[in-house]
Amino acid sequence: MLNLKKDLVVIGGGPAGLAAAKKAYDEGIEDVMILERDFELGGILPQCIHNGFGLHYFKEELTGPEYAQRFINDVKERNIEIKLDTMVLDVTKDRKVYAMNKKEGFLEIEAGAVVLAMGCRERTSGAIGIPGTRPAGVITAGTAQRYTNIEGFVPGDEVVILGSGDIGLIMARRMKLEGADVKAVCELLPYTGGLTRNVVQCLEDYDIPLMLNHTVTAIKGEGRLEAVEISEVDENLKPIPATAKTIKADTLLLSVGLIPENELSKKADVVLDDRTGGPIVNEGRETNIEGIFACGNVLHVHDLVDWVTEESQIAGAHAAKYIKNSFAKTNKCVDVKAGENVSYVIPQKIELEAGDRKKIPLYMRVSTPLTAVDINLYADGEKLYSFSEPFAKPGEMISVPLAQKTLDDLDNLNEIKVEIIEKEGE
Amino acid sequence: MIETKTLTCVACPKGCEVTVEYEGDEIIDIKGNACPQGQDYAKEEIVAPTRILPTTIRVKNGALPLCPVKTTKQIPLENMFEAMQIIGKKEIEAPVKMGEVLIENIMNTGADIVATRDMPEEI
Amino acid sequence: MSKKYDVIIIGAGISGCAVAWKLARYNLDILLLEKEADVATGTTKANTAIMHAGYNADPDKLKGRLNVKGNEEIREVSKKLNIPYKEIGSLVVGLEGDDLSVIDELYQKGLKNKVKNMEIVDRDWLFEHEPNISRDAVKALWAPTAGVITPWEAALAMAQNAVANGVEVKLQTAVEDVLTEEGKVVGVKTNQGDFAADYVVNSAGLYADEIAKMVGIEKINITPRKGEYYIYDHAKDFAVNHVVFPIPTPISKGIVVTPTVENNLLIGPTSENVESKTDLATTKEGLKEVYEGAKKLYPDLDLRDTIRVFAGLRAADDTEDFVIEAAENVKGFVNVAGIQSPGLASSTAIAGYTADILRDEGLTLSEKKNYIETREEPVRFYEMTNKERAKMVDQNKEYGQIICRCETVSYKEILDAINSPVGARTVNAVKRRTRAGAGRCQAGFCGPRVVDILAQELGIDPTEVKQEEGNSQILEYKIKQLLGSRVMGNA
Ligand SMILES: Cc1cc2nc3c(=O)[nH]c(=O)nc-3n(C[C@H](O)[C@H](O)[C@H](O)COP(=O)(O)OP(=O)(O)OC[C@H]3O[C@@H](n4cnc5c(N)ncnc54)[C@H](O)[C@@H]3O)c2cc1C
Ligand SMILES: Cc1cc2nc3c(=O)[nH]c(=O)nc-3n(C[C@H](O)[C@H](O)[C@H](O)COP(=O)(O)OP(=O)(O)OC[C@H]3O[C@@H](n4cnc5c(N)ncnc54)[C@H](O)[C@@H]3O)c2cc1C
Ligand code: SF4
Repeated sequence: MLNLKKDLVVIGGGPAGLAAAKKAYDEGIEDVMILERDFELGGILPQCIHNGFGLHYFKEELTGPEYAQRFINDVKERNIEIKLDTMVLDVTKDRKVYAMNKKEGFLEIEAGAVVLAMGCRERTSGAIGIPGTRPAGVITAGTAQRYTNIEGFVPGDEVVILGSGDIGLIMARRMKLEGADVKAVCELLPYTGGLTRNVVQCLEDYDIPLMLNHTVTAIKGEGRLEAVEISEVDENLKPIPATAKTIKADTLLLSVGLIPENELSKKADVVLDDRTGGPIVNEGRETNIEGIFACGNVLHVHDLVDWVTEESQIAGAHAAKYIKNSFAKTNKCVDVKAGENVSYVIPQKIELEAGDRKKIPLYMRVSTPLTAVDINLYADGEKLYSFSEPFAKPGEMISVPLAQKTLDDLDNLNEIKVEIIEKEGE
Repeated sequence: MIETKTLTCVACPKGCEVTVEYEGDEIIDIKGNACPQGQDYAKEEIVAPTRILPTTIRVKNGALPLCPVKTTKQIPLENMFEAMQIIGKKEIEAPVKMGEVLIENIMNTGADIVATRDMPEEI
Repeated sequence: MSKKYDVIIIGAGISGCAVAWKLARYNLDILLLEKEADVATGTTKANTAIMHAGYNADPDKLKGRLNVKGNEEIREVSKKLNIPYKEIGSLVVGLEGDDLSVIDELYQKGLKNKVKNMEIVDRDWLFEHEPNISRDAVKALWAPTAGVITPWEAALAMAQNAVANGVEVKLQTAVEDVLTEEGKVVGVKTNQGDFAADYVVNSAGLYADEIAKMVGIEKINITPRKGEYYIYDHAKDFAVNHVVFPIPTPISKGIVVTPTVENNLLIGPTSENVESKTDLATTKEGLKEVYEGAKKLYPDLDLRDTIRVFAGLRAADDTEDFVIEAAENVKGFVNVAGIQSPGLASSTAIAGYTADILRDEGLTLSEKKNYIETREEPVRFYEMTNKERAKMVDQNKEYGQIICRCETVSYKEILDAINSPVGARTVNAVKRRTRAGAGRCQAGFCGPRVVDILAQELGIDPTEVKQEEGNSQILEYKIKQLLGSRVMGNA
């Protein structure tokens, strides 16, 4: 067993881990180590070969690999220690990190601070319990993406996709372009889970039918998938038997949601938020466990990598402060609450000393889609101010800054609440 | 005949709903875009839709069997499948660097096919 | 024809594997034949995995007699063969409004079957030992000798021990006919050629009736009876400490709620006769019944953290009993048929009983000198502490690479699963041996890696790697292979 000591250990070398490590380094913490279980850095990005990354952060449109490459280059320039093919098995609340790889064997690392950046995993068919058989050819869209874009295989040539999350939409186009017949994308809800631009440029461009209010009600086939039965659902999302029809398919891709990967966090007694599936954090992205921070998809599922980067810089900067002992909490905590039609807000609490309050963006999602909305902020029940947006969709995260005035006034507050409702008078 | 069409701008993830009034190839009015890019997008979308094509190319002796690539600029949507076939036939040799041109001026569109990541040799 | 075997066993489920394991201690040439690419892919892979205590089965039936014996034997056998087994005890819980007299009847039946240490416990006991149980619970029959086992691992362990003792196992070898001459068995015909033998044991599970018909036995008639399940992630935070049954009805033991050996929560099964012996489809109605049944015992249970649904088929003979007997019309043919529940719990006893029949039919059972009693314990990283893992990795760095993140399965474990006796040939076979892919992400992460390792170790292309049987390839095409293959509409 190898015993090591590091100022900062970052778990996960995706965009979140890379940005957090880079930021902490730039803030003066040079003893940084990134632990990544895959054979290369970049997280999910190397397999997201499509364009659509970086418009906010780099002000230009990049593909996933390009976005990752820029951060990989930055991290490499900085002499940050990187361990690839290294799986973290355990984290304790006193910040011991246990990991393993083929070259060095078992590692025990004592960390000054830890950034959790493990990303997320996909929901599976088992999790949604589709009746029928269990043949080959039913895989998650992300796994299919890895096969197609990294490993070099097309899983099948008659494809149905369940769920209209971004990965599903992207894979619909991807498999179509590689020569597969993509027969339909079914979505249980009356609206898509992914970005609108992906509906346009992945489905509409290629005449792939999007079937809203539809779901897969049976899987058929013994060896390999032979067909799926799809049915329309009623307003309670219950399938209507009379609408069932069978579509021949050898591949069913599932894009039915992402789940923050927090098994490690739980081992360190990090408390999770039921709504996000990720840790409860303060504005520095520190969890309830001192010195353990979280950012990126492990904290809450992001649709845009640019927000991952922004959030991870916040986490990296605060981890650096923590290591330098310049991190101080007020003895009072302001709760940030999700009000009407808001499914969650990050951070869930504000508790750092005022010196840190230059800018606090609130990240949130709506529960149901609306056009023409008011985003209203309340402090202890009193309306502070509102923003208007042309629309708000659950698939697209919203970032709202807290105004300087509010920041200055925070010490006198107990609770901030956000609601996103239909614009008044429309 | 004057027609109107509502498009979702895909030039950026904001995805504005842009309404275009047009007659044939002539644009009369564009509304709903939050930035000028939306205007260009809508115009093009009516006349001849174009897109970036991201895909992969086979690599010999690479650390991975495939290298991701893209067109350096948008190409007409109608050229996509032919472009895929041209790229599909080609195999490149590692190593390559991000940005390296792998196929020049594909189908005379003026767009090159470039690598979107570094692809080192197999170790 | 091949060399002549003393015994050919048809079907490598738990029954066939147990018979092979039992006979392997004698000086015999034995061949175990299985039509699929792995052992335990039939009923043995999809069931409730309970080593029943034995109070349920009718004392007058063979089931009743063999169950208690099998339950007692497994304690030692599981140690010798390193089969994961936990004796957690079972409860038959009576709720308010139930016919509670059934509990006393079961207790009496248990006494007749000689089940040890049973007790009738009251609600206070229940609330203390099963904190999540329904507040309507009144009393229960507690049978501490009941346990849970990993059924496919049990079959595999027995097969591997048998191989270590000289038994030959041939997979992907389907018996198409049983060959007889002058009223006597002489061998079997398979899709891989003919094999000669003096004795043939028919342990073909759902297909035992069809095999029996090959020698003219018509009285066995197997009806497939489906049972459906949900299985939960072992990270699910919901304590269930025993195998918990409701009050049984005349046709079924009801929906059980139980932890598995690996601490996944399992709920099911339903019980419904179906037409086809390959109908392993779960149904909306079945899954609903499972969930509602489980909710009666555990009202706080929800479907969050379920990771899979599945179904198994019981091989029910018309007699509703095990049919283990020598054929009357052909010498050398022994049926081990109708092995429905408690087939698993009875497996070692079934094997012993079968060996006795073979001896009575004239087979000489003389003990081997160098008989190996044990099976080496496979390394199970997921069960180890970090210290133990560190030690393993120090010994062999190939343990240092984790392939399945949910279940902490290392590269070396997967290599071993493929390269050990009765090695894994399919993705599911790897999963049964190592748990790679059995976790919450259901192979989303490790799937591509396992396919890759299988392809490499077996020297085949990844497009040839199968999930389980038949045409179950995971990947159908190489990239770019489909381009231009179909007439494509323009975008
Ligand atoms: C298919 C898809 C399409 C997308 N499209 C877009 C888009 O068009 N535009 C856009 O801006 N954004 C897009 N996104 C969103 C964006 O890419 C993600 O939000 C972002 O990658 C999340 O970064 P992360 O670092 O939190 O997680 P990840 O990228 O998942 O990285 C987490 C890393 O942690 C590692 N890890 C996990 N557990 C351990 C452990 N125990 N030990 C060691 N390492 C571990 C993992 O291997 C992984 O490398 C897309 C996402 C997906 C999945
Ligand atoms: C829903 C359900 C729940 C159950 N719960 C329990 C429980 O909790 N406890 C318990 O003790 N028991 C339980 N059982 C019963 C138990 O699972 C079975 O009794 C046991 O698995 C039967 O094993 P087997 O070897 O006889 O049959 P199988 O496992 O079906 O094996 C037969 C084998 O023969 C092979 N075969 C068939 N035809 C041919 C051929 N022509 N050539 C070559 N090979 C052939 C098949 O491929 C198969 O592998 C349950 C069963 C079900 C379905
Ligand atoms: S109009 Fe501008 S802001 Fe709106 S989606 Fe298009 S590019 Fe983005």
